[in-house]
Amino acid sequence: MDNYGLWYQFHFYLFGLVSLVSAVAFVTRRSPVAAAMWLVVTMFCLAALYVMLDAQFIGAMQVLVYAGAIMVVFLFVIMLLNLGQPSEFADARGIWAKLLAAVVGIALIGELALTVRFGVPSGQYTVPRTFVTDQVAKYGAVGAVARPLYTDYSLAFELTSILLLVAIAGAVMLGRRRDVDAR
Amino acid sequence: MLAESLALSAALFTIGVIGVLTRRNAIIVFMCVELMLNAVNLSFVALARQYGMAGQVFVIFVMTVAAAEAAVGLAIIIAVFRHSQTVDLRNINLLKG
Repeated sequence: MDNYGLWYQFHFYLFGLVSLVSAVAFVTRRSPVAAAMWLVVTMFCLAALYVMLDAQFIGAMQVLVYAGAIMVVFLFVIMLLNLGQPSEFADARGIWAKLLAAVVGIALIGELALTVRFGVPSGQYTVPRTFVTDQVAKYGAVGAVARPLYTDYSLAFELTSILLLVAIAGAVMLGRRRDVDAR
Repeated sequence: MLAESLALSAALFTIGVIGVLTRRNAIIVFMCVELMLNAVNLSFVALARQYGMAGQVFVIFVMTVAAAEAAVGLAIIIAVFRHSQTVDLRNINLLKG
């Protein structure tokens, strides 16, 4: 196993714990705005974990795209539809749905724990041990991600533009009003 | 730190699934889906250290898909709200026979 300093481990567990607690707070809040704020806390903690896991550019993107753009869009829709105050429809489902969710959750966490325990060989590297840090040192935090993105995965990158075009067209199509449309 | 990251990722994903199954507010259900995508991103980043840069590249794609999904999904929510004046998933049952 790798050897990490106590300082590193302390911060890793700290951010992990905060992200877990805020995720639990997120799914239990009644008000959509409070839930969104807790989700932003989770996303910031995940950004910190990305930086600690040698993915500095991904951490910056997490803050910019997720916490910055996507959550702002969510809050805008909450504001636009005036759903800010907790009301009876923000309530959870009935007892059967909760039991089902508990069973599914326990099964899922058990399966994932087994996979993590036995399925992923920890410490087995298919690349040199300091590969990611070397790449970041050599090409910079952006270049280390951009190089494979624009060479090995350029086709997927180009197809992403079609996805975004479809998403823009779909959002405009779904969002326009019928009475304006009729004119 | 790989095992810890994957365990945290599993826990966050499970919280997201439980949120999707238990909440009735369509916007919160959507945010739970975002939480699940974030959990997957964490395992991608953690595994990228052992298996090469491809994991981090995939996180970029997941973020793109998440942004597209948020745009289209929220447009659907706005359209549904305009139709039935609520985002309660109980009232969105037009496909029920």
